[in-house]
Amino acid sequence: MGFIGDSIDSLKSINVRQALEQAITLGMIVSSALIIWKLLMCVTGSESPVVVVLSESMEPAFQRGDILFLRMGEDPIRAGEIVVFNIDRREIPIVHRVIKVHERNNTNPIDIDVLTKGDNNDKDDRILYAPGQQWLNRQHIMGRAVGFLPYVGYVTIIMTDIPIIKYVLIGALGLLAITSKD
Amino acid sequence: MHSFGYRANALLTFAITILAVMCAIASFSDNFNSPSPTSQVQVLNINWFRNKPDGDDEVSMTMNISADLQSLFTWNTKQVFVFLAAEYKTRKNSLNQVSLWDGIIPAKEHAKFYIHTTNKYRFVDQGSNLRERDFNMTLHWHVMPKTGKMFADKIVMTGFRLPQAYR
Repeated sequence: MGFIGDSIDSLKSINVRQALEQAITLGMIVSSALIIWKLLMCVTGSESPVVVVLSESMEPAFQRGDILFLRMGEDPIRAGEIVVFNIDRREIPIVHRVIKVHERNNTNPIDIDVLTKGDNNDKDDRILYAPGQQWLNRQHIMGRAVGFLPYVGYVTIIMTDIPIIKYVLIGALGLLAITSKD
Repeated sequence: MHSFGYRANALLTFAITILAVMCAIASFSDNFNSPSPTSQVQVLNINWFRNKPDGDDEVSMTMNISADLQSLFTWNTKQVFVFLAAEYKTRKNSLNQVSLWDGIIPAKEHAKFYIHTTNKYRFVDQGSNLRERDFNMTLHWHVMPKTGKMFADKIVMTGFRLPQAYR
């Protein structure tokens, strides 16, 4: 209770200069977060260096809420790799394993056909691809999973399923940043 | 400086940092494991071998697959995903990899296995290049940790050949 009382007191004693300083600090924090994110994108060579697992199609290895670290090198795509790809009509990236590879001879850039399947699915991913699409090519693939952290991404799933929590959290953080004494 | 808010914040930050360091160490400890897996594959029978109406070749075979992957498991291993791929080269494609069978090994006790199976996934070529084709049977595995870096490796077994004619 004392904590809320302190916050209300400090809210009353706020002056313009102090408020501006708080705003700049907040801006610096957001910018540094953005810089780190963009740096990660450069280092890993992938559009999304970290993804959250959203479906159960790769269980028991990856559960909903796990975080995957991605990397997109120049190495060729081989069977067994866990890749993240986007299908044209869907906005959520899919994380599945490559089960078939057909790579064309001597082409530059490399021409490769790839078929994927979720470990926990019975059928391969042809039903997920765009109508008439039998294979994935290199341009569809956004990255390869190289490491993972369990459970950490569950916060993202909760925030997507119950959007109110997202606003409450951001509101509370903003309030905290403005009313803190330093 | 000593309010509840500051103390809770400091505690939480410290706890999360320690947790992250522990995850990194757990993953790093996997590097000290030097595995020595073994494997053997026998093709017992070519069940059928035909050219499909759409022009692609397809073959169905029965195989014995045996392997000992116990040395891959560490305390930080959640499961090992193992699959057998037929790998071959054709005139048009420099590499073809077709997964024929896969399985999940959840614990060290199940890592030494011997199975008798037909191919789980269809062995289909892009085109009609499978007659008398030499191919390798490669056993691939993917070690999935409880946290951290994933490792993958394989054993290549050469010397397999598909029949000369459809049957």
